[in-house]
Amino acid sequence: METLERILAEHPFFKGMDQRYLELLTGCASNVRFEAGEYIFRAEEEANQFYLIRQGKVALEAFAPERGPIVILTLDQGEVLGWSWLFPPHRWRFDAQAVEFTRAIALDGACLRKKTEDNHDMGYEFMKRFSQLMARALLATRLQLLNVYELNP
Amino acid sequence: MSTNSTPETMMGREPSAPMLPRPCTVQRVRQETYDTFTLELAPAAGGAFPFAPGQFNMLYAFGVGEVAISISGDPGRPEKLVHTIRAVGATTKALGHLRRGDTVGVRGPFGSAWPAAAAAGRDLIIIAGGIGLAPLRPVVYHVLRNRQKYGNVVLLYGARTPADLLYTKELEQWRGRFDLDVQVTVDRASASWHGTVGVVTNFIPRARFDPSETVAMICGPEIMMRFAIQEIEEMEVNTDNIYVSMERNMKCAVGFCGHCQFGPAFICKDGPVFSYNSIKTLLNIRGI
Ligand SMILES: Cc1cc2nc3c(=O)[nH]c(=O)nc-3n(C[C@H](O)[C@H](O)[C@H](O)COP(=O)(O)OP(=O)(O)OC[C@H]3O[C@@H](n4cnc5c(N)ncnc54)[C@H](O)[C@@H]3O)c2cc1C
Repeated sequence: METLERILAEHPFFKGMDQRYLELLTGCASNVRFEAGEYIFRAEEEANQFYLIRQGKVALEAFAPERGPIVILTLDQGEVLGWSWLFPPHRWRFDAQAVEFTRAIALDGACLRKKTEDNHDMGYEFMKRFSQLMARALLATRLQLLNVYELNP
Repeated sequence: MSTNSTPETMMGREPSAPMLPRPCTVQRVRQETYDTFTLELAPAAGGAFPFAPGQFNMLYAFGVGEVAISISGDPGRPEKLVHTIRAVGATTKALGHLRRGDTVGVRGPFGSAWPAAAAAGRDLIIIAGGIGLAPLRPVVYHVLRNRQKYGNVVLLYGARTPADLLYTKELEQWRGRFDLDVQVTVDRASASWHGTVGVVTNFIPRARFDPSETVAMICGPEIMMRFAIQEIEEMEVNTDNIYVSMERNMKCAVGFCGHCQFGPAFICKDGPVFSYNSIKTLLNIRGI
C-alpha cells in the first residue's frame, strides 16, 4: 500500500530526507484532491498549508479587476505549492486554482511550525529545501521578467 | 561518454556557386502567428533541395535584401524547401508579402548541422525558445523517422504567450505520441490558457532523460540558452554533448565579409550549430 510516509519520501521535495524526520512530518500530512476549476486557496485567506503536487496542474493567479485573473505560473506534478504558511501574517498573496484534476499531499502549517521549532535540525533540513525552492522561483521569475522573446523588450 | 563530434558538417549539398541565388517559387504560405509565417518553396528549375537539420539558406527578397533563415522542413522530403520567418524588419517583412507563385532567390544550404545522426543510441533533449523551434523542427522530423534509433526524446518549447506558439497543430500531434515527451510553456497568459505558464528551463529538472547518455540541442534567445545550459549542466550532462545554434546577424554566409564573426568563429561557416564547449568562453562576453 502507498503510505503517506512513502509518498512523502518519494516526492522530489523530500528526496534524501532523513527517515526520522519523514516519520515526524507524516503526522502533519493528509491526502487531498481538487476538481478542475476548483480554488485551492484565495488571496488574503489564512495560509495554513502547503501542498506537494502528485498529479495535475495548479495555476497561481493574481486577480486584476480590470483584466480578470492573470496566471503567474503553473505548477505540475513533483512541484510544491505555497510558502505563505511559513511567515507571519500567514496569509496567501495569490489565488491557486486547479487547472485540471489535481491530487496532492497537504502539509499542515501550524503542525509543521511547531515540529520545526521543537526540532531545529529537522527545521534546518526543511528550510534548506524551502530556500532552494524560493531561489529557483526567483531565478525563473527574473528570467520571465527579461521577456527574452521580445526583440525590443 | 561524449558524442566526440563537432556539429555535423555533412552538407545537404555544397552550393557550387555560393554567391549566386537560385530562383525558387513559392508553393504555399502559412501564417503561423501574427508575426511569423512559413514559406514552402520549390526550385524553379525543378529538382530537390537536400539539407541537414540545422542548416540555413540566404533568402533574397528581390530589390529589398537578403537574410539568413534556417530550414524548418523535413530533411526526409527534400522536394519541399520550408522556411519559417518572423517579420522583424524590412527584408523579413518583404518575404511576408510573397504569395503563391512568386519568386524568391535562395543561396544555400549553408552551415553546420545538429549532430542528429551521431546522437543515435542516446536520449535527446531538445530545447527551443520562440522562433528557435524552426531550426530544431528538422531534428524532430529526423528523429520521428528513425525513432527506434533513439532513447527517450524530450522536446521542451517556450514562447512569450499562447499567441506566439509555432506549429500548434503539429505540437498537438507530437504530444499525443507515446514515444515523445513534448512540454510547452509560455511566459505569460490569461486564465483562458489551460497549459503551462513559466519559463522553459523549469521543465529541465523534471524531464526524463539519462544525463550520462544524453545529447542536448538548444536554440532560442541567447539568455534563454545560457540558463538552459546551466540547468543541463546541473543535471550533469557532459558539456561535450550540449549543442547550440547561434543566429546572429550575417551577410555573405560564406565567411568572406566577417559580419557574423563571433570571437574567432564565423557563425555562417563554423556554425550556426556549435558544440557548447567550442563557444563556452564566448557566450558570456559582451560586444562580440
Ligand atoms: C544562421 C541564422 C539562422 C536564422 N534563422 C532564422 C529563421 O529560421 N527564422 C527567422 O525568422 N529568423 C532567422 N534568423 C534571423 C534573421 O536572419 C533576421 O531576423 C533577419 O536578418 C532580419 O532582417 P530584416 O531585414 O528583416 O530586419 P533588420 O532591419 O535587419 O532587423 C530588424 C530587427 O531585428 C533584429 N535582428 C536582426 N537580425 C537578428 C538576428 N539574427 N537575431 C535576432 N534579432 C535580429 C535587429 O536587431 C532589428 O531590431 C536567422 C539568423 C541566422 C544568422
